Amino acid sequence: MMTQIPLLSLLIWSPIVGAVFTLMAGDKRQSTWARRISLLTVLINMALCIPLYLNFDQSSASMQFTEYLRWLPAFGIDYELGVDGISVALILLTTFTTFVALIATWHSIKTKVAQYSAAFLIMQGLLVGVFTSLNAILFYIFWEATLVPMFLIIGIWGSDNRVYAAIKFFLYTFLGSVLMLIAFIYLGMKAGTFSLLSFYTLPIGMTAQILIFVAFLLSFAIKVPMWPVHTWLPDAHTEAPAGGSIVLAAVLLKLGAYGFLRFSLPIAPDASHYLAWFMIALSLIAVIYIGFVAIVQTDMKKLIAYSSISHMGFVTLGFFVIYLIVKSGHVEQVGLAFEGAIFVMISHGFISGALFAAVGYLYERLHTRQIKDFGGIVNTMPLMASFVMLFVMGNAGLPGTSGFVGEFMVILGSAQANFWVAFAAGTTLMLGAAYNLWMYKRVFFGDIVNAQVALVRDIKGFEVFAFGLLGLMVLFFGLYPAPILNLVHTSAQHILTLGTMTKL
Amino acid sequence: MNQYLYHVVLGIVLAPLAGSLIAGLFRNQIGRLGAQYATILGVFISFALSLFVAKAIWLDGISPKDFLGYIWMSGNTIFPFTFKVGFLIDRLSALMMVVVTFVSLLVHIYSIGYMADDDGYQRFFSYISLFTFAMLMLVTADNFLQLFFGWEGVGLVSYLLIGFWFKKESAIQGNLKAFLVNRVGDFGFILGIAVIFTYVGNLDYAAVFSHATELAADKISLFSGTSWSVVTVICILLFVGAMGKSAQVPLHVWLPESMEGPTPISALIHAATMVTAGVFMVARMSPLYELSQTALTLVIVIGATGALFTGLLAIVMNDIKRVVAYSTLSQLGYMMVAMGASAYSAGIFHLATHACFKALLFLGAGSVIMAMHHEQDMRKMGGLWKRMPITYICFLIGTLALCAIPPFAGFYSKDTIIEAAQLSTIPGASYAYYCVLIGAFVTALYSFRAFFLTFHGKPRMDHHTFEHVHETPWVVWVPLVLLAIPSVLLGAFLISPMLYDTHTVLGNSVTVLSQHNVLAEMKHEFHGALAMIPHALLTVTFWLVIAGIFVAWLAYIKMPNLPGWFAQRFSLLYRVFVDKYGFDALNQMVFVKGTKNFGNALFKIGDRKIIDGFFVNGSGISVRWIALRARLAESGYLYHYVTAMILGLLIFLFIMLTSGVID
Repeated sequence: MMTQIPLLSLLIWSPIVGAVFTLMAGDKRQSTWARRISLLTVLINMALCIPLYLNFDQSSASMQFTEYLRWLPAFGIDYELGVDGISVALILLTTFTTFVALIATWHSIKTKVAQYSAAFLIMQGLLVGVFTSLNAILFYIFWEATLVPMFLIIGIWGSDNRVYAAIKFFLYTFLGSVLMLIAFIYLGMKAGTFSLLSFYTLPIGMTAQILIFVAFLLSFAIKVPMWPVHTWLPDAHTEAPAGGSIVLAAVLLKLGAYGFLRFSLPIAPDASHYLAWFMIALSLIAVIYIGFVAIVQTDMKKLIAYSSISHMGFVTLGFFVIYLIVKSGHVEQVGLAFEGAIFVMISHGFISGALFAAVGYLYERLHTRQIKDFGGIVNTMPLMASFVMLFVMGNAGLPGTSGFVGEFMVILGSAQANFWVAFAAGTTLMLGAAYNLWMYKRVFFGDIVNAQVALVRDIKGFEVFAFGLLGLMVLFFGLYPAPILNLVHTSAQHILTLGTMTKL
Repeated sequence: MNQYLYHVVLGIVLAPLAGSLIAGLFRNQIGRLGAQYATILGVFISFALSLFVAKAIWLDGISPKDFLGYIWMSGNTIFPFTFKVGFLIDRLSALMMVVVTFVSLLVHIYSIGYMADDDGYQRFFSYISLFTFAMLMLVTADNFLQLFFGWEGVGLVSYLLIGFWFKKESAIQGNLKAFLVNRVGDFGFILGIAVIFTYVGNLDYAAVFSHATELAADKISLFSGTSWSVVTVICILLFVGAMGKSAQVPLHVWLPESMEGPTPISALIHAATMVTAGVFMVARMSPLYELSQTALTLVIVIGATGALFTGLLAIVMNDIKRVVAYSTLSQLGYMMVAMGASAYSAGIFHLATHACFKALLFLGAGSVIMAMHHEQDMRKMGGLWKRMPITYICFLIGTLALCAIPPFAGFYSKDTIIEAAQLSTIPGASYAYYCVLIGAFVTALYSFRAFFLTFHGKPRMDHHTFEHVHETPWVVWVPLVLLAIPSVLLGAFLISPMLYDTHTVLGNSVTVLSQHNVLAEMKHEFHGALAMIPHALLTVTFWLVIAGIFVAWLAYIKMPNLPGWFAQRFSLLYRVFVDKYGFDALNQMVFVKGTKNFGNALFKIGDRKIIDGFFVNGSGISVRWIALRARLAESGYLYHYVTAMILGLLIFLFIMLTSGVID
């Protein structure tokens, strides 16, 4: 292990330093320098990910690349970093997504480019901070801080109704987090430190566990988002610029899921067990209810946003269905659903990111997101149509794409718990195909009816490059999902051990 | 030999994929000819290697081989799951490989002519090669995961090809419908896989089959108070998948609309190969189906219903392709009846002969459509036999094979199925027997109706058009001839090896319990392929077929007013047929409209009114309300604030003291 180089700190702070330089470069000379510096920063970070991945010991469940700095020792608040396999996977996703978001919207942002790029870089650093914090307060700071750049991205570079959406986004998610802080303070006082790993070993009574679980639940459920606290997401997505939507869908939503597996399950295992049915019910409602809602959307971005919620239902389902499996005596099989949920997190990052990029490309050309304004795009943008076909099929969970893998694992895992849970989850095969392909039909197929569509040019340059990268990921991990799973096996197993061990 | 054979199998599967990728990704660089040759070469390699495997299996008699491709994913010591990509080469998959690659090769060649004027030429070849790849993955799979990959893969390419002419509204409507209906089936299929995994912990065929008896003994309770054998649940769920893919009633509704795609793909996908995937799957799973009488009954009843009732619809269709499409539905029903009667070999036998003669009929219909400048309505045809003799003869051969006239191929396979249904003791078999028996009459009626309307009688198009009709180019008619040959001979040649020899073609790649083994009973009556021909004259089936042909001749040649009179006289019945028993209307009303209304209700009432309107914006409003009141407290008088502070501190202290935070 490379303990001598603070790799995680570099991953957190170098994008933020890069952001400062980007801001200093400003928007002189058509923001050329701002763009160059931001791109360079992301590339450096992607390079930093290589030693992170290569030197990570996949067979060890303990936190790796740990860093420790005393900060406020009197309160047990320290600068404590470390990663397990799940964190590594999410850091790779974050860095990759920021890169894609920047190059996909390379030409589409024309105002305040320096600030825009800087916001993304800062966001990237903060997100990595969330995924690496091993101290609850540090985690909380990063967690809340991520709201700011996204609030600005929506509020400044968003479309017409951006202020309403930005405020709704901020208040909704902020509200949830406050309860999390209270839970952290309670735990910190009980443990005498805010170190996350000491929370894991803390015995907690059932009532306290349930209260902690509920406090966490509100904050994580809003972030995921789970039904019924999901309504901020469609608004945020519709108003956000394409790049913002990409990061929001690909990474920001994963924070909530990450919270569940890093905090709720290991800290309040008995409450998780006790409330598993409730969580499963909410997840299945997300899959089915949101699936139906997605079908009738008339705004492309809203449709994809709803489909995101539906897919995130698979994540929470996979996390909590394990308790039913343990009950029905298939202890050794819980890994399938759980790791499937983690896989959905990663895969959804690629697919939803790609779909939001696609909407961005279309919006830039036609200045509308309404499905009815399109039609026959395939005639003028065949390359775009081919790529989107791939992503839409991925979103519909076609085998051979990464979208299939996680859902397949979760459905198989759910069947071990209860046939009807699998049945309800399986409806996504029909609902997902319906909203995805019906949308595709109305936007891409058909003859050209709109004079504007006849004039659009196909994607090229960076747009193709971004799509190509995403397409590669979707196909590669669809055909060979093993690398992601190998990365998370041991860590997932560790969390499952903690999550199924009673603390009473 | 093993390693060698593995590479051969890889070549079979991957050659069409390579062709497809070359034609698809480099379509601008290599042009039309490049795409055409790359894909045809790929499929040809695949066909040649399939023959090689067939030789190894049937002539050299090698035993079934199971090859590991790669580990798709695996757990670790704590999570012991493994999913892989692998190939099972046995008698069943070898036969399927030969059928698939043979028809695919001919369709590739035929498409050179049929698609000659199309702008999407390279795209078309790329798709059909991709289809061939997916279909080969399906038939060679040695586990359920890969089966599902191929299963959905062929569905994807079918979707892309039905919507090939994406400007046509009916085409993109048809492909959406096809995909969605298939997904209903796949929903059942994946649940079947999930139940298998729950009880076996492994998706390899070999592992699942070795647990078959335990699965039959295990009980599962889906509804409280009921208890089903696990194997029954699995078989029924898997069969739901087969109902989607093989277009069994009531999931058959997508197949007629799939005819909106180019005709070559109707031949390849929607007649010869993909739609038979469900039949193949049931045969492959015979070790499971044999253990569930309930599932077999379901299979035979659904199959028989489709065989008769979709056949009836073909009588009232005017589009030549739709007639052939409904005929396909009916024939798929026959194959399923064979499965249900445990005559798996007979079903696969019919699958093989049907692949030849139905591909022939579709390609023949395509040849007519080309000659008629993309006119598909039979009411505007007639008398074409003079103008295109090769197509005419080939189409006639296909029709005779379809009607099961001895000694054509369909006679052997179909007669066997009818007899198997008669002998089967599965509940529902006697219903099935009458369905397939009457079906024989219906088949002859609609086939010869189409035949007479197209090729005989007076030309019903204008003189100018008729004068310009001529035989299609050689790339079109050569595949017809090549399909006509097996349509004549395949039955007579294959019947004995397929069904009755000591070592049958399928051998032990299908499992039949002795109490279900109707073919063993029929073996006593079998005295060679030739002896079946005179014997046919003594069967009811044969005379029903003759009656069907006679009625068709009477109604469409001799007394052309008869159909009109009939439609008027029995207008209600006629309406029922024209409306296709109301399936489309029902689906439109219940599923399409219902889904949209339900979605809208959830969105507008659930999301907008209740969650956003009441809770979210409601809390916004209440915050404002509270803030307005709270503002009153900010009076600006210092003594107000000091009083509040002291009060607050007192309360805080009290809480800390009582809760014991301060000792």
